[in-house]
Amino acid sequence: MSTYPTTPSQTVGPYLHIGLPWPDGPFAVDEGTPGAVWIRGTVRDGAGELVADALVETWQADPDGRFDHPDDPRGARSYPGFRAFGRCPTDGEGSYGILTLKPGAVPGPDGDQAPHIDVSVFARGMLHRVVTRLYFPEEEAANAADPVLASVEDPEARATLVAGTAPDGYRFDIRLQGEGETVFFDI
Amino acid sequence: MPTTPEARTGSGLYVPQYVRDHDTHPPLDYPGYNSTALRHPKRPLTLLPHTLTEVTSPVLGHERVGELDHDLTRQHEGGEPQGQRITVHGQVRDSDGRPVPHTLVEVWQANAAGRYRHTGDNWPAPLDPYFTGVGRAMTDAEGFYRFVTVRPGAYPWKNHQNAWRPAHIHFSLFGQAFTQRLVTQMYFPDDPLFFQDPMWNSVPEEARERMVARFDYGSTEPEWALAYRWDIVLRGRGQTPFESEEEIAEDDE
Ligand SMILES: [Fe+2]
Repeated sequence: MSTYPTTPSQTVGPYLHIGLPWPDGPFAVDEGTPGAVWIRGTVRDGAGELVADALVETWQADPDGRFDHPDDPRGARSYPGFRAFGRCPTDGEGSYGILTLKPGAVPGPDGDQAPHIDVSVFARGMLHRVVTRLYFPEEEAANAADPVLASVEDPEARATLVAGTAPDGYRFDIRLQGEGETVFFDI
Repeated sequence: MPTTPEARTGSGLYVPQYVRDHDTHPPLDYPGYNSTALRHPKRPLTLLPHTLTEVTSPVLGHERVGELDHDLTRQHEGGEPQGQRITVHGQVRDSDGRPVPHTLVEVWQANAAGRYRHTGDNWPAPLDPYFTGVGRAMTDAEGFYRFVTVRPGAYPWKNHQNAWRPAHIHFSLFGQAFTQRLVTQMYFPDDPLFFQDPMWNSVPEEARERMVARFDYGSTEPEWALAYRWDIVLRGRGQTPFESEEEIAEDDE
């Protein structure tokens, strides 16, 4: 078997805005869908400054914990207007927002994982994306049993993976470096 | 790259495990590229085993791509952009050699003078009224993509004294799994600016050439356009493809 060497990552650079944002990118589900929630937050750098040239992408299961994808053999029931994927550049204030449905629990190696969203951050000054996970604050029992959360031993660090609540959904601030640095994963 | 074992969920669902290809990529902390200083995590990354969330990704349909989205020279009424017309084409495969079919490829680039149509790009090179510099295409059933564009110019930036980016096209790919997502840049052969470019130099030396397209005289279109071929390799599952999939279209030099 031959193995083909993979292509290296490069930064999105400062001009990502002409190439990557989609008009419907922030809408992982159509506006007006019952149960839709906003996930909003900021991206900050190691000096605490807001990052105005980042792009946040989200990927998640549907409310049944399923994926509309060939590698999820269970198949997925249709949630009209639900795309499971969100993409939003940060604005001048370093803020992003993605409208979505809360995912269900997803099967893991040992029982269910707590509901979660995979989050990628791209930016000028980042030669590769960073990946984190968003968990939900009201899922205390499921979070306590989640193997990925449990793999982060420092409780203060683990807390960066759990969103806060907001009037219209959740708040998930991302700190690339420094005080309150978000936990990022080697995927 | 090592072969990774398969995994199953507690309920018995098969979950492929994608190879980890750290040897390929630049570090997040790279002092030669000043802006990395405050934008790299200081805490070591936490290993994330691949679960269903990581081995799936959006299945994007052809409705994402308009009829002329792959042709950056025909996106404006009234004229064509200045510059050397080129086609850029290639195959997207995974590291096991499997083609990656029906996946979205997005590109953006500077115009022939090295200027982006972006409010943040104000260096004194002309904009081109007939060039936006953004394209989209889906790979076909065999993983092939093709764009028509003009060769981008080099452009200066402020990273170091007399800093210039080598000519490049930004590429973004989804693949078929969250683990395969890739944003990168394609370069042109023998660019004299590589030596001073921290983006180029940040990549492990043996992997840099993978970012360079090859001049493809065989695909040049007479009296119309020069051609470059750039094959892209995403992470695979570290498993031998089935026999029938093994004959991969090699570059025909
Ligand atoms: Fe660029």
